[in-house]
Amino acid sequence: MRVELMYESFFKIIDGIPLTLQVVSISTILGLGLAILVALMRISGKKSLSIPAYYFVYLIRGTPLLLQLYFVYYGLGQFSSVRESILWPILKEPYWCGILTLTISTGAYSSEIIRGGILSVSKNYVEASSALGLNKFKTFLLITIPITVRQALPAYGNELILMVKASSLISIITLMEITGIARTIISKTYAPVEIFLVAGSIYLIINFTIVLVVSLAEKKLGTIKAN
Amino acid sequence: MFEVFAFGSSGWGDEMLMGALMTVLVSASSLILGIVIGIIFATCKLSNIFVLRVIANIYTTIIRGIPELLVIYLLFFGGSGAVMYLAKIFGYNGYIELNAFTIGTVAVGAISGAYSTEVIRGAVNSVQKGQFEAGKTLGLNGYGLYGKIIFPQVARIALPGIGNVWQITLKDTALISVTGLVEIMRQSRIAAGSTHEPFVFYTAAIILYLLITRFSNILFDKAENNYSKGFVSKEAL
Repeated sequence: MRVELMYESFFKIIDGIPLTLQVVSISTILGLGLAILVALMRISGKKSLSIPAYYFVYLIRGTPLLLQLYFVYYGLGQFSSVRESILWPILKEPYWCGILTLTISTGAYSSEIIRGGILSVSKNYVEASSALGLNKFKTFLLITIPITVRQALPAYGNELILMVKASSLISIITLMEITGIARTIISKTYAPVEIFLVAGSIYLIINFTIVLVVSLAEKKLGTIKAN
Repeated sequence: MFEVFAFGSSGWGDEMLMGALMTVLVSASSLILGIVIGIIFATCKLSNIFVLRVIANIYTTIIRGIPELLVIYLLFFGGSGAVMYLAKIFGYNGYIELNAFTIGTVAVGAISGAYSTEVIRGAVNSVQKGQFEAGKTLGLNGYGLYGKIIFPQVARIALPGIGNVWQITLKDTALISVTGLVEIMRQSRIAAGSTHEPFVFYTAAIILYLLITRFSNILFDKAENNYSKGFVSKEAL
């Protein structure tokens, strides 16, 4: 075990933390918007909306993220119509391709979490709300949404951790985040164990922080009786 | 557009199918290795010995908190070194190089094992205490108790969870394409580079993964029905 090397590489690897956090937070926020849209489409009761949403989720959950990343980064650029479109300045950048892919991925996974959360809201609450004279919109806003947030929070916390882990894949399309830098150092120094320990610890610290924040939020929101 | 998928030397059809076969092979061997690891660590987690529980918890926490890609890099760059180090202890000083299949299986198996551990632990926990007690009352122990009474029940409860682990494992094998193993992902990259038609080949790869997922779902459903014989389904109640 080369402790000195670990110490040196630690300072190199932490340079990748901002990029990891940046990509994760941008795609999580955008992905949450997409997830809400897809979840609402799925439970809308209209086949023209729920069927495309179902197949979107099926497609994303059934294929590896790495393949999706390659598809967006290399695949779309094959067409000259894409290369000449106004989207090209975005699609030619690995940074935006990474964010786009992660957004779509978390959008699909989170939509299932949100859908489950909305469906878990007991009918009694909705009935009680309409008995109190609230209309459908107000019921959704004041009753369904707060309960959904509370019910979906633990699963969403897991999704956030999966996002941090998934962000390591963007190192394959040349972005130098934590894993990218770690890989470069490994191939230079040939010290896989040491670098793994350093980079791994950084990821564990990030993920433990997420677990801590989510569990604090869970406590603050209190518990809701499922039925 | 479809001529690129011709079989033989003129197209990539047979290569892509071989890639799909490799994906299935490496996924299946990783899943099996993962289940073996899962049984061992689930036993550790359920044991009364504190040290074993700590070791098992460290393993599952690390695997679930660290990107899969890092684990694969660790084994890809460090796997041969570790094996040679072990061989030295046993007095062999030669050079050993592990092939991509072995490294891939071990890496994805180690990842898959962490998820299997949780699935198996949950399944064992959900077998009622009375089953153990009844078995012991009948004078069974060892294989008779665990093999004949507990295992069939654990298998039935764990099967849906193992089905989920299979999906995760299948998708994780795409990552070992970075080590050079020619499975679907790697093969479509090679073909895309050679024909300059990345869109076509990545679409083909997506279809292959979806087909494997679909087909394995059917198999797991059948297995679930088989193990659930004698149990009344929830819908029937």
